[in-house]
Amino acid sequence: MLKFILRRLLVAIPTLLLVSVMVFSLLKLLPGDPVLALAGEERDPQVIEYLRSKYSLDEPLPVQYFNWLGGILQGDFGLSIRTRLPIGEMILEKLPVTLQLSFQAMIIALIIGIPAGVLAAIKRGTPLDYLVSMIGLGGLSIPSFWLGIMLILLFAVSLGWLPSGGYVGFFDSPIDNLRYTLLPSLVLGTAAAAIVMRHTRSSMIATLKQDYVRTARAKGLREYLVVTRHALRNGLIPVVTTSTLHLGELLSGAVLTEQVFGIPGFGKMIVDGVFSRDYAVVQAVVLCAAVMFLLMSLIADIAYVILSPRLRA
Amino acid sequence: MSEAVLPAPPQDGGKRKSALAQCLAQPSAVIGGAIVIFFVLVAIFAPLLAPYDPSASDWLAIRQAPSALHWFGTDDLGRDILSRVIYGARASLMAGVISVAIAMALGIPLGLIAGYFGGVLDMVISRCTDALLACPFLVLAIALAAFLGASLQNAMIAIGVSAMPIFIRLTRGQVLVVKGEDYVTAVRALGVRDRSIIVSHILPNVLAPIVVQGTITMAVAVLAEASLAFLGLGQRPPAPSWGSMLDVARQFLTEAPWMAVWPGMAIVAIVLGFNLLGDGLNDALNPHREGE
Repeated sequence: MLKFILRRLLVAIPTLLLVSVMVFSLLKLLPGDPVLALAGEERDPQVIEYLRSKYSLDEPLPVQYFNWLGGILQGDFGLSIRTRLPIGEMILEKLPVTLQLSFQAMIIALIIGIPAGVLAAIKRGTPLDYLVSMIGLGGLSIPSFWLGIMLILLFAVSLGWLPSGGYVGFFDSPIDNLRYTLLPSLVLGTAAAAIVMRHTRSSMIATLKQDYVRTARAKGLREYLVVTRHALRNGLIPVVTTSTLHLGELLSGAVLTEQVFGIPGFGKMIVDGVFSRDYAVVQAVVLCAAVMFLLMSLIADIAYVILSPRLRA
Repeated sequence: MSEAVLPAPPQDGGKRKSALAQCLAQPSAVIGGAIVIFFVLVAIFAPLLAPYDPSASDWLAIRQAPSALHWFGTDDLGRDILSRVIYGARASLMAGVISVAIAMALGIPLGLIAGYFGGVLDMVISRCTDALLACPFLVLAIALAAFLGASLQNAMIAIGVSAMPIFIRLTRGQVLVVKGEDYVTAVRALGVRDRSIIVSHILPNVLAPIVVQGTITMAVAVLAEASLAFLGLGQRPPAPSWGSMLDVARQFLTEAPWMAVWPGMAIVAIVLGFNLLGDGLNDALNPHREGE
């Protein structure tokens, strides 16, 4: 197992390096001089030169890239032009907020998606299957920002049960934290539930055709036990791995959801960075998102090996 | 983004006809196709269908609820929402079609080259594809759109480039399957040039799954365009776009909730149409997947 993990880590390194080159080039391809953005109103050539030399922007591009990469490996992402704060600190402050949202969304997705997918697979070809499948496709087709607006309209504006936006830290008030994060998690969880449902359904359909399921039925085992004891255990293996992989993708949804609900998370950080032309922040966020996605792929692969007895052997 | 995985179909007219018949036999493909055609017609005949000029403000009809005069109500500048939703179909469909065309135009040739020639070229293209796929789709599209500047044209480029790697990977995979077939070995033995083999013999046989993927990606592209417009990185006002209409509507949720309802429903309908069409095509062209 350790050998497998090490091999997967080694494969991820060149991909990560390429991502870093891409992200670095993105900033360099930009029209405009980042030093002028850093200098603000200051137009004194000496100050400009000083800043250029301070941030090593007078070095050749490959040197700049290795300086930048070296800094990142030590946790130094540079300074935000807008807030003048170290970007690494900003990420550490905002990432837990998005991770909490993503985990809550995934729990909602699993609670809704797995039973719905199992039900659709058992009742395959019946109106119930079509209904569940259509709801799943609908869940994939709803833009998260619109669903967020509609839920605000219903639960905050009309009923007044939940706040329309904002955020309270978990350690400040756990109850308020739940109230503020319930709607955004529900929004994020809807599309994820649809994906989990579709994966569960197709995986269970394939599992229910297996010989050992037929044998269990032939033994006279009740259908409920056939499904829960035999089919579900194996049918859920690919679902667990795809769900882990999907956690990395939830970040895309978080960008819009955090924007709608005004949550100061990782997703909102990229939007704020874009509008304040704080490209170092955008660079850092894209890079971190890619690292997280690769990390989730690694965890998904490991989970698959651990859960699948055939591969483990 | 899900990936269409289909076996390469044999290249003969008779089978292609039966593939069309199979598509028509899939209810989801028919319903999805009908929804998409409906929106295409709405976009084409927008000037005939829209009751008002979508950009014309009426200061005496600001934020009016749906009525006989304005079926979907009016917005914060007194513009007719129904007319803006009708014209908004143009931006959405254009974004869907052009983004996917960009993704295909870049992705298919790279996938063909990587799959057919293999070796170092394949390794370089595949590693770059992995790197692009590692960046979440929307995050990459937002970053690219931000760097290119806010406009519908740049949003389409950003979405197209972000969606490109899926086509590289899919085409490469399909080429690897097809290039081992006997007929490819035969034309190679006849001394036909690589370019001719790729264009005339391999490409036609890998197109079916790419078309399915293209349809699914259109749904993703329409959603992405609406998302970028919502963030202010797509179609700029006053030109109508469903995403930017929702961005404005968000500010008037308590006073004019109808402003948020209709553009969102239009996005759901068109994306559902593309998703149904893609699912139906996938079922029709891939017998292994039917019913799964």
